[in-house]
Amino acid sequence: MAQEQEEKLFLPRFITTDENFAPGHRACIGCGEALAVRHVCKALGNNVIIVNATGCIEIFSSLLPLTSWRVPWIHTLFENVGAVVSGIESAYKARIRKGKIEDRGVVFVGFAGDGGTSDIGLQALSGAMERGHNFLYCCFDNEAYMNTGIQRSSSTPYGAWTTTAPVGKKSIVGQMTWKKNMPEIAVAHRIPYVATASPSFPFDLMDKVKRGMEIEGPAYLHIFSVCPTGWRCPPEITVEIGRLVVETGIFPLYEVINGEYHLSVDFPELKPVREYLKKQGRFRHLTEKDIERIQARVEEEYQRLKEKVGGK
Amino acid sequence: MTKRRIVGLEGSFAIAEAVRMANVDVISAYPITPQTHIVERLAEMIADGELDAEFICVESEHSAMSACVGASAAGARVFTCSASQGLELMHEVLYIPSSMRLPIVAVAANRALSAPLSVWCDHSDVMAIRDIGWIQIFAENNQQAFDLTVCAYRIAEDKEVLFPAMVHMDGFYLSHVTEGVMLPDEEEVAQFIPDYEYPFVLDPDNPVSMGCYGPPFIYPEAKKAQEVDFEKTKPKIQEVWNEFGDTFGRSYSPVEEYQMEDASIALLTMGSSGETAMLAADEMRAEGREVGLVRLRLWRPFPFKEFREAVKDVELLVVLDRALSFGMGGPVCSEVKSALYEKRKELNIVGFIGGLGGRDIPIDGFKYMVNRAVERVKAAEWGEEMGPEMIGVRE
Amino acid sequence: MGKEKIGWKELEIGCVVTEPGSAASYKTGEWRSERPVRDNTKCIKCGICYIYCPDACIREDEEGYFEADLYYCKGCGVCAHECPRGVITMVEEEEEAKEEKEK
Ligand SMILES: Cc1ncc(C[n+]2csc(CCOP(=O)(O)OP(=O)(O)O)c2C)c(N)n1
Ligand code: SF4
Ligand code: SF4
Ligand code: SF4
Ligand SMILES: [Mg+2]
Repeated sequence: MAQEQEEKLFLPRFITTDENFAPGHRACIGCGEALAVRHVCKALGNNVIIVNATGCIEIFSSLLPLTSWRVPWIHTLFENVGAVVSGIESAYKARIRKGKIEDRGVVFVGFAGDGGTSDIGLQALSGAMERGHNFLYCCFDNEAYMNTGIQRSSSTPYGAWTTTAPVGKKSIVGQMTWKKNMPEIAVAHRIPYVATASPSFPFDLMDKVKRGMEIEGPAYLHIFSVCPTGWRCPPEITVEIGRLVVETGIFPLYEVINGEYHLSVDFPELKPVREYLKKQGRFRHLTEKDIERIQARVEEEYQRLKEKVGGK
Repeated sequence: MTKRRIVGLEGSFAIAEAVRMANVDVISAYPITPQTHIVERLAEMIADGELDAEFICVESEHSAMSACVGASAAGARVFTCSASQGLELMHEVLYIPSSMRLPIVAVAANRALSAPLSVWCDHSDVMAIRDIGWIQIFAENNQQAFDLTVCAYRIAEDKEVLFPAMVHMDGFYLSHVTEGVMLPDEEEVAQFIPDYEYPFVLDPDNPVSMGCYGPPFIYPEAKKAQEVDFEKTKPKIQEVWNEFGDTFGRSYSPVEEYQMEDASIALLTMGSSGETAMLAADEMRAEGREVGLVRLRLWRPFPFKEFREAVKDVELLVVLDRALSFGMGGPVCSEVKSALYEKRKELNIVGFIGGLGGRDIPIDGFKYMVNRAVERVKAAEWGEEMGPEMIGVRE
Repeated sequence: MGKEKIGWKELEIGCVVTEPGSAASYKTGEWRSERPVRDNTKCIKCGICYIYCPDACIREDEEGYFEADLYYCKGCGVCAHECPRGVITMVEEEEEAKEEKEK
C-alpha cells in the first residue's frame, strides 16, 4: 500500500535535478546511506553548510584530492559534529550582527552516522540541542559502525549479528540489547522539530528536511539507512528493506513538532517482522522464539508511539 | 596622544583585556581551574556590552575546541582557553586547526595532571601537547600575557602563517596574581590586528570541502606541506614581535637571555619560574660566579638557531623541567639535548625536575641546581649517565 | 588528473578542495559486474528508477525516458528491482563491454 501511495505521489520532475552530492562517490554498491544523503541534499539546496562526522559518508565522499560535495562541507572528527556546527552558526550570527557579512539565511546542517550520533557524539549533540543553535542534524542510521567494519553500536537492533556482537557457540543471539531510541532522546531536549525518515519514502524525507530547515532552532532528523554490506543482504533490495522496516512498524515514520506527535504513514495492519528479518543475513541465526520476542517488542513500542500521537 | 595606562590586573584579566581589544567574534570555552577567571571576565564583558561576541557555553573542552574550529572555518576570529585535564580532553581536536590551518588563538593556564588531582601549576599539560602543530609561546608575567596574546592574533592570522597559536601562562602564578599591566589604547590594538580575511571560508557562494580523507598516496605530502609552512613561521613571529616593540615599546624574541655575556654556566627555564631564576642569577653574579639565564619564549616551532646561538659559549647548561616524562626524564631537557647534539659535543647538560603540582622553587632552589650540576659534572666518569634529579622532594 | 602524482607544493593550504563536486571525474562504472538494460516500450516514465538510484546516475532524456549513465552506474540493481513495470533487467557485463570499460 505504501508503495502505491508513493507511486501516486511520484512526481520526480518536481524535484530538482541538481545533485549537490555528486556521482562518482565511493559508497558500496547499493548503499542506502548514499541514497539517503542524495535525497537530503536535494531538499537542502545550495544555501547550506554541511558538517560531517567521520564515518562511511565522509570516507566515500571526500577522498583527496577530490570531493563529491557541491556545497560547503567540513569534516573534522568523529564525535564533534554538534559542536562544530554550533561554532559555524555562532560565527555567522556574530559576523552578521557586527556587520561583517550579510544575512543570507544560510542553513547549518550536521551529518553523522548512528555511532557518531547515539554513542560517541551524543554529548556534543545534546549540548548543541540544549543551547538552541539554529541547525538541522541528520543521523544516518545504518545500525552499526560500518566504516570500521560492522561493529555494534547502541543503535544496532536486538538480535543482529555484528563483528563485535558475533553469533558464537555460547552467545547465539548477536546483539543482546534493544536499540537505543535516539529520536526520543532528541525529543527530551524539547527542541522544536524531531522526525524519522527513510529514503524508501523519498518525498516524505525531503519534506521533513525542508521543515527542519525552516524551523527556527534545533531540528533532528533520524534517517534509516540500509547497508547491504553490513546487513548481509543483496544490494538491489536496499529500497525494499527501507520500506519493509516501516511497514512492519519496526521503524515508524513520524514527526514531533513542538512536542506534538504526528504519524507520517499509518497502516491498518503491520506486516510481520519476520518478512523484514528474513531478508537479511545479519538476522539469519534467529530462532522463532527470538523473532516472537522482537515481534512483541515492536508491537509494544508501536502502540506506545500511537498513544503519543493520540494523546495530542 | 594615545591613552596608555597602567592597571593592576591579575593574569586572567590581562588575557581577557587582550581578547576584548582583539574584538573576537566567537568565544567557546569550558571552565577549569585556574583558567576560570578568564572566561568569567569575558562573559561579564559580553553581558556589559563591552565586547560584541557569541559566547558558546559548551558542555566540554572537546566541544570548546570543536566549536572554535567551526567558527574559525566560517571566518570568525575566535578565542578559547583551558588547562590540564581540559587540554587533555581537547587533545584530539588540537591537531585539527593546525592541520586545517585555522588561526585560532588559545590560552593555557598551565596546571598539573591527575592523579592525584592537583589544580596547581606545572607543565605536564604543556608537554602532553607538544606535537600538536600549534605555535606555542610562554609568558612569564601578566604584561607578557597581555602582549603575547595580542601578538598571537596578528601572528596566527598572517596570510603567510595561518596556524593556531597558544599562549602559555602558569596557573595561579600568573592567572591569579595581580600585577601592574600597561594597557595600550584600544585603537592602537585594533590597528595592530586588523580584520582578517581567511582565504577559504565556509560560504555557500564559494563552496569548498575542508577536512577531506587522506589515503597513503597523499597523507605524507599533506604533512610535508604543513611542516615546511610551520618552519616558515619563525621569521614572521619575530617580525610581529619587533613591530609590536616599535609600536608599544616592549619587544620579544624566541629565546631571551639574561646575564649571558661571558657566562660559563646557564640556567634554562620556561614560564614564570624565569623570574625567580633571574634573581638567583643576580645573586650568584654578586657572588662572582659566571651564571646566566636562558628563557625559552617560543616553544614551538622550536627556535634551534637562536637557542644554539644563546648557549654557544657556555660550558654547563642546567635545565629545569616542570614536568616529568615517566621513564625518560625531563622533556625540555631531552629536547634541548637533541637540539644541541650536532653542534656542541663539549657542552655538559644537566637536567632537574622541580615545581611539580604547584611546589614552589625558591631562589635557593636555582642555586642548588647550579651547584649540584657542577658537582655532578666534576664527579662523573666519562660516559656516565647524567640522569635527571627531582629537587625539593622529601625522602 | 594525475592525482597519484600530486606533489606537496601543489596542495591547497590545509588540503582544502576548491573544485566543487570534482569527484564526478571518478569512474565508479568500473566496479560494475551487471548492467541495467531497458525495454522502454513498457516504461511509464514514472521516474521511480531515477529517484532510487544511490549513485545519481539515471537521467531523463528528451523523450522523458530514463537512462543510466554507465560512467557511474555500479550495477546495484535497485532500479530494476523497484521499477513497477519490469522495464529494467540486469545483465552480466559481457567480456567486450569489460574491455570497452578498460579504455
Ligand atoms: C575518537 C574516534 N574513535 C574511533 C574512531 C574510529 N571510527 C571511525 S568511523 C567509526 C564508526 C562510524 O560509525 P557510524 O557513526 O555509525 O557511521 P557509519 O560508518 O556506520 O556510517 C569509528 C568507530 C574515530 N575515527 N575516532
Ligand atoms: S558499508 Fe554500508 S553504509 Fe558504508 S558505504 Fe558500504 S553499504 Fe554504505
Ligand atoms: S521506474 Fe520503470 S517505468 Fe518508471 S521510469 Fe523507470 S524504467 Fe520507466
Ligand atoms: S543499477 Fe544501481 S547504480 Fe545502476 S542505474 Fe540502477 S540504481 Fe543506479
Ligand atoms: Mg553506522
